[in-house]
Amino acid sequence: MNGILIAVIVLGAIGLISAVVLFAASKKFAVHEDPRIGQVAEVLPQANCGGCGYPGCAGFAGACVKAADGGSLDDLNCAPGGKEVMEKVAGILGLQASAVAPKVAVVRCNGTCDARPHGVEYDGTHRCRIQNMTGMGETQCLYGCLGEGDCESVCLFGAIKVNPETRIAEVDESKCTGCGACQKACPRNIIELRPQGPKGRKVVVLCNNKDKGALATKECKNSCIGCGKCVKVCDKFEAITLGTNLAHIDPDKCKLCRKCEEACPRGAIHAFNFPPRKPKAETAPTPVAQQPAPKAADSVSQQQVAEQ
Amino acid sequence: MKTFKLGGVHPAENKLSAGSPIREANLPKQAIFSMFQHIGAPAKPVVKKGDVVKVGTLLGEAGGFVSAPIYSSVSGKVTKVDVALDASDTRRMAVYVDVEGDEWEESIDRSTTLEKLSAHPELDSKTIIEKIKTAGIVGMGGATFPCHVKLCPPPGCKAECVIINAVECEPYLTADHRLMLEHADEILEGVECIMKAVDVTRGYIGIENNKPDAIALMTEKAKNHPNIEVVPLKVKYPQGGEKQLIDAVIGREVPAPPAIPINVGAVVQNVGTAFAIYQAVMKNKPLIDRVITVTGKSVKNPSNLLARLGTPFQQLIDECGGLPEDTGKIIGGGPMMGKALLSLEVPMTKGSSGLLIMNEKDARRATPDPCIRCGKCVNVCPMGLEPYLLATVSSQHDWETSENNDIVSCIECGSCQFTCPSHRPLLDNIRLGKSTVMGIIRARNAK
Repeated sequence: MNGILIAVIVLGAIGLISAVVLFAASKKFAVHEDPRIGQVAEVLPQANCGGCGYPGCAGFAGACVKAADGGSLDDLNCAPGGKEVMEKVAGILGLQASAVAPKVAVVRCNGTCDARPHGVEYDGTHRCRIQNMTGMGETQCLYGCLGEGDCESVCLFGAIKVNPETRIAEVDESKCTGCGACQKACPRNIIELRPQGPKGRKVVVLCNNKDKGALATKECKNSCIGCGKCVKVCDKFEAITLGTNLAHIDPDKCKLCRKCEEACPRGAIHAFNFPPRKPKAETAPTPVAQQPAPKAADSVSQQQVAEQ
Repeated sequence: MKTFKLGGVHPAENKLSAGSPIREANLPKQAIFSMFQHIGAPAKPVVKKGDVVKVGTLLGEAGGFVSAPIYSSVSGKVTKVDVALDASDTRRMAVYVDVEGDEWEESIDRSTTLEKLSAHPELDSKTIIEKIKTAGIVGMGGATFPCHVKLCPPPGCKAECVIINAVECEPYLTADHRLMLEHADEILEGVECIMKAVDVTRGYIGIENNKPDAIALMTEKAKNHPNIEVVPLKVKYPQGGEKQLIDAVIGREVPAPPAIPINVGAVVQNVGTAFAIYQAVMKNKPLIDRVITVTGKSVKNPSNLLARLGTPFQQLIDECGGLPEDTGKIIGGGPMMGKALLSLEVPMTKGSSGLLIMNEKDARRATPDPCIRCGKCVNVCPMGLEPYLLATVSSQHDWETSENNDIVSCIECGSCQFTCPSHRPLLDNIRLGKSTVMGIIRARNAK
């Protein structure tokens, strides 16, 4: 009986002393964290994708709070969360969310297996970065998609996959959050982040080939040869510029008229998410526009063309 | 017998063409001169379409200090200056020449009489280096580092000896072996030139003892050159690596990068380079041809050809009995360090030491199995690295750990991958890590 009593008293005393020490320590060494950081982190998607440029969502939350103290959230954007999340973050911090156009990844290569034959077989480690170090890769094109799926392996959202038939990476726009992980992973710099566009519509040069026309023609049937026809048809908006033998469409200037798509003799310019072609184009209609679309001719569009 | 201390492997030698004397290859119909035949800045083309060139006419001038000029090896007309596929499997700037006749520039001495350096006291160190620089000579073992750069030591360094790399540790290749048997005197004069250029009195020629005839001949001929010693070495790959050779011959260890061989007082040059230097200094002949071994188990007639630079590989193979039917892979260089070629249109360059045609069976890589932690790769690594670790952290993009484990010291000899019982693609991943880490270091130093 006596023994139990002693044990209870000793343990109780140890507990009491420890409690006092811990209490004192917690007061003395308390780390003050802005409560808003926790609140902001709570509304973030917790994907830890790093697309914002900060180490994970907690890092981004800290950056948001810091920026809010400076008075503006302009340079910060959570790509996977999009506008909705940024509005919530701004609400917590008592600010206005800046309008950042949501972006998606676009794979700028159109060199399918039939357009760009795989003449040799690569037998090494199947990763784009390693294959890229060996030179041209399996095809004749030094700029095209290698199709080993480095982008696929870094995508946290399952939004980009290499199509085994075309051996080109394809983006599922409904899943893509525009975090940019694939863009960084691609050794050939093929993937570009572009604004989603109204209703997801955008016109893109799906080629990255910077070789001269004659050579680019040999390398791939769908390559951009830098002929400049698209630049001419776009003289009104000046959205298309010609780099080293390669056209580029500025998404901010592009009015989505799709004239360049028709003008391209190589089929290198693609229009995404447009409804099947009708004579009514968004800008000045041309007689050419009445012809059926050369691409995007799914069953619906064919029906409609037939009705016309 | 001497050899280097750490690691090393012994692949099957397969020196099929060792008994075949060097013969001159035919002139090509069209020669293509890549402007990227060396490490460093590319050469700048100085000819244009329609220009008539002779053998020895300058086609491209050096693009900087670490660069080399490029000369025409044929006579004819320049048809275009455009990109061409080269042995690095990319398209780069090149000069195309359609061959007509075989006219040489008059300044080149084409006689075969032996010119001795001792008979030309007017040739001092500066003149020799200038001649080597003008002739566009690069390291002919395969690394193609511009030769004159190595002969101009950075301030604070002093060369103590010249080591000639006549090891030829790559399986299959025999070009250097045949060169020694047929041009021993010229090579020794070339070594004298190098020694005079860097002002040293000691020269070594390291030869592996799988070439006893070359060792015997060179030792005999070297009796007339009291400063030059022939050092027989035990057969072990990668003895031809610069750092390994220095260790084997003079027993000194080159510290980790950025240290270079000159920091331990050694200047290493390939035996082919020594021959080219002889021709440049004594005969005024720029680097326009070289010996290349065309070989392979199914090749009808494995040979050592003295071919003009710019000759397409297709023609060299045709001269050795054509492309065998069971060809699986064509490699520019040796089987250990060479690079698979994409096409036979690719022209020969200053670094083309061999053309190896592998059959379908040998060319296939085995499927990789999991690492069994046997540690063989660590045992054979001549640089004392841990290849299994470097490959793993590189494949996980952990560049910091790669750097801390000295990935930049890797000489990419491939011994680890050769020895791995699980056929793991160690070197693929290490190369990725090494190039990335070197990029990171460069970016850091630039800041």
